[in-house]
Amino acid sequence: MSALALKLVETPAKAEPAPVKTAAVAVPAPEPVAVEPASRPGERLRDVLRVVIPPLFGIALMVGIWALVAIKSGNIPGPDKTWVAAVKLFADPFYRNGPNDQGIGWNVLSSLQRVGIGFGFAALVGIPMGFLLGRFGFMNRMFEPIISLLRPVSPLAWLPIGLLVFQKADPAATWTIFICSIWPMILNTAQGVQRVPQDYLNVARVLGLSEAKVITKILFPAVLPYMLTGIRLSIGTAWLVIVAAEMLTGGVGIGFWVWDEWNNLKVEHIVIAIFVIGIVGLALETMLLMLAKRFSYESR
Amino acid sequence: MGKPLVQIEGVGQTFSTKSGKFTALRDINLDVQKGEVVTLIGHSGCGKSTLLNLIAGLTLPTSGVLLCEGREIPGPGPERAVVFQNHSLLPWMTCFENVMLGVERVFGRKEGKPRLKARVEAALAMVHMEHAMHKFPHEISGGMKQRVGIARAFAMEPKILLMDEPFGALDALTRAALQDELNGVLAKTGATVVMVTHDVDEAVLLSDRIVMMTNGPAATIGEIVEVKLDRPRDRLELAHEHKFADYRAAVFEFLYRKQLKKAA
Repeated sequence: MSALALKLVETPAKAEPAPVKTAAVAVPAPEPVAVEPASRPGERLRDVLRVVIPPLFGIALMVGIWALVAIKSGNIPGPDKTWVAAVKLFADPFYRNGPNDQGIGWNVLSSLQRVGIGFGFAALVGIPMGFLLGRFGFMNRMFEPIISLLRPVSPLAWLPIGLLVFQKADPAATWTIFICSIWPMILNTAQGVQRVPQDYLNVARVLGLSEAKVITKILFPAVLPYMLTGIRLSIGTAWLVIVAAEMLTGGVGIGFWVWDEWNNLKVEHIVIAIFVIGIVGLALETMLLMLAKRFSYESR
Repeated sequence: MGKPLVQIEGVGQTFSTKSGKFTALRDINLDVQKGEVVTLIGHSGCGKSTLLNLIAGLTLPTSGVLLCEGREIPGPGPERAVVFQNHSLLPWMTCFENVMLGVERVFGRKEGKPRLKARVEAALAMVHMEHAMHKFPHEISGGMKQRVGIARAFAMEPKILLMDEPFGALDALTRAALQDELNGVLAKTGATVVMVTHDVDEAVLLSDRIVMMTNGPAATIGEIVEVKLDRPRDRLELAHEHKFADYRAAVFEFLYRKQLKKAA
């Protein structure tokens, strides 16, 4: 029974080391032991085991503790019960029975959409802001107190303001995403602009490049890795915040779904939601890390 | 000799720091003739690079005046190309694109794409980097990067080439190879060069004049040695030349007897 649940959570743990390995060593097959045992099978096997075994132990430990807690408490569903519920749930993730009863696929997608829109606006405002703050000391000193004051505020505190302004739940949730995404975008972009090596700017001055060329050929490529860090932090926070925001606003979304299933007392669905949120978050993070790696020039 | 290409008249440079005013340079007077190779040598902190940055126009003097072809130097520009110590190639561009950036800026208005491309290729071929022109800076060695840096400067056909310890970060063998290469390029192009160094052999090998600077703060020009060795100069032959040893001795005399650093 625990073996079944193991399969459910195996995907994220494996997903992380896989892209790193292919990028660095360019191992052609996922299981090189089976494909070419001729070279040095003992060593290959040991390498693969070294990568695979510890995460498997970790997952097994987690599932074990989970099963134990489930047995002791009585009202928390164990891995077996959750697995059965998950199979049923994922058999039809995209059904629609009215606005308050939709498949988990729709819920995840609408949460992602809110994150996308909120983050998109944050990037639209935050990246130019970051460039201004990084380039002009006056702007930096002017906005620093405002940002320092507002940044520690939970974005959920802004939700009522959003409801008041937009008069609707959906844009209000997007608004909280905008608020939580904008700070890392501004601060990281500004830091990137400030950290453009003086040498590169001297090169630009000696070559006598036009302002447009300086921006496209020097500033933008130099700042890009910092911007990508900002994007990664923003999306990470946004994915944390959206769950809470949707619990408050309702509608369709993974956060609302969690709350709805709590009201229906389907605790196994809440556990599944936790895994789904984790997997989506991990996938976003991994994608953005790979993107950042593509554009990092120092490490290449 | 004619009119000097660069005239430095009574130049001084003062920086304002937290602990008050710091005078880096004072009373610098120096003329650089067309086609001349001048090296600036001195102990670290003597303001050699400050003087080079002033000629480049990257900083402006607090007193005195710098002229290039009789006109005051208003700021940096491609006619006074700089080879930076740490090559400063842009890491997101290939060697070709790095050189092209300057070429395009200088010749882009007058010449078509094929002509610009030919210029870049010629510059890279001159430093023997044509085989690696489509590689990125992180894919080539430190010596090769510096070659590309030199090609980038030469490709703009500057009136004067300013080099800030161009070989300082390289190992001894690579440095020797690049010095010979630079000597060859200078012989071919007849370029005017001002170069900062703290390698005495390099100074004697490459220069027509060695400008020796006193210790900072408030450094100025101490002595100037004219190097009257025939060109082309061959490193191996020079090793047995008495005059070479004499010039070397003169520079060492200045640096280690007259300007010995107390702390060092």
